[in-house]
Amino acid sequence: MPIRNSVAATLAAIAIAIPAARAATSLSEAGGRYTISQAGSSIRFSIGKTGGGSLDGAFARFSGNIRVDNASADRSEVNITIMPASVGTGQGRIDAFLRSDAVFDAANDPEIRFRSTSVRRTGETSATITGNLTARGKTMPEKFQAELKSFRGGTITFRVTGKVLRSRYGMDVGTPIYSNVVEFDMTLSGRRG
Amino acid sequence: MALLIGNTQARYGWIAILLHWLIALLFIAQIALGLAMVRMTSQRSAFELIQLHKSIGFLLLGLVVLRLGWRLANVTPRLPAGTGLLERRAAPIAHFTLYALQFAPPLTGWALVSASVLEIPSMPFDLFVMPNLPVPVSDASEAWWGATHAYLAYAAVGLVAVHALAALRHHFWLGDTVLVRMISPSRRCDGDKPE
Repeated sequence: MPIRNSVAATLAAIAIAIPAARAATSLSEAGGRYTISQAGSSIRFSIGKTGGGSLDGAFARFSGNIRVDNASADRSEVNITIMPASVGTGQGRIDAFLRSDAVFDAANDPEIRFRSTSVRRTGETSATITGNLTARGKTMPEKFQAELKSFRGGTITFRVTGKVLRSRYGMDVGTPIYSNVVEFDMTLSGRRG
Repeated sequence: MALLIGNTQARYGWIAILLHWLIALLFIAQIALGLAMVRMTSQRSAFELIQLHKSIGFLLLGLVVLRLGWRLANVTPRLPAGTGLLERRAAPIAHFTLYALQFAPPLTGWALVSASVLEIPSMPFDLFVMPNLPVPVSDASEAWWGATHAYLAYAAVGLVAVHALAALRHHFWLGDTVLVRMISPSRRCDGDKPE
């Protein structure tokens, strides 16, 4: 799920970067390849609980890159890899549960990956990123919304949001007490190079 | 004889009998589930068994409320004629304690899930959200209610075992109808009046 978000984020970032580049002279130089840095980035998720409240967490370790194509947004790309072992909710027992084979099975499936397949501009600084999310051996198409937040000094930052149905990846444990919908809210910051 | 719904001076009616055995079966299943769920190596199985244990616990609590109401609204069949003074005095205490130990485990289990910092909602049989009890939420509170819940469950197992042995003693040793009258109201009962 986090991978998806991050992937979406990267895609969004690409998409955003492209329109932004067209819209602003400062972004006209945004084309190029960016490496996502954990500093300045975050991959958060929220799962609603029946009767109110939510289970909130974040992934601390992830990596990826964004390629922004100035000439053609659809040629932009986003790749993100998330380490589910780095999941954190503030509750050790819940973290252990999420890492276990009940959810991520991080010992046997140490990575969640997102590879973009298309980037479509939806505005001057926004884009929809579609791609394949792979988690626990299952690959599914997912969609994320990306919004360019800033671009300066060779660092580009996107906010990427999206919803993922966890049941599609064999992670349906706890439904319907916990929603099947995982809401991702990511800030992805990439450094040129 | 018509289908006996309520109790008489000599017999238990079908409602009391069905509630007795339904609660007995669920109680045994619940104890087995409680012991198994904390020994699972699979976290998924553990989670799902714990949710089932919570569901059965709420069902048991509801059935025990019905059962107590039915008992208070009905006559309680008399003890066999040959019952000694000591047993006559001990029987109400034993039955009161049996009822207390039908209420205490589900109530303390409810308090335990309410006290847990994990804040996992209770949703009996995925049907509706059961609100939490107003108890402090902390690791210490959760540990205290967890231990209390376990000790009360063990106490209930012990008393149920004594209760079952006593019923068998009545049936095989004393040869009275104390056991069979909890199986069916159509069995002949001691102290029957001509009907």
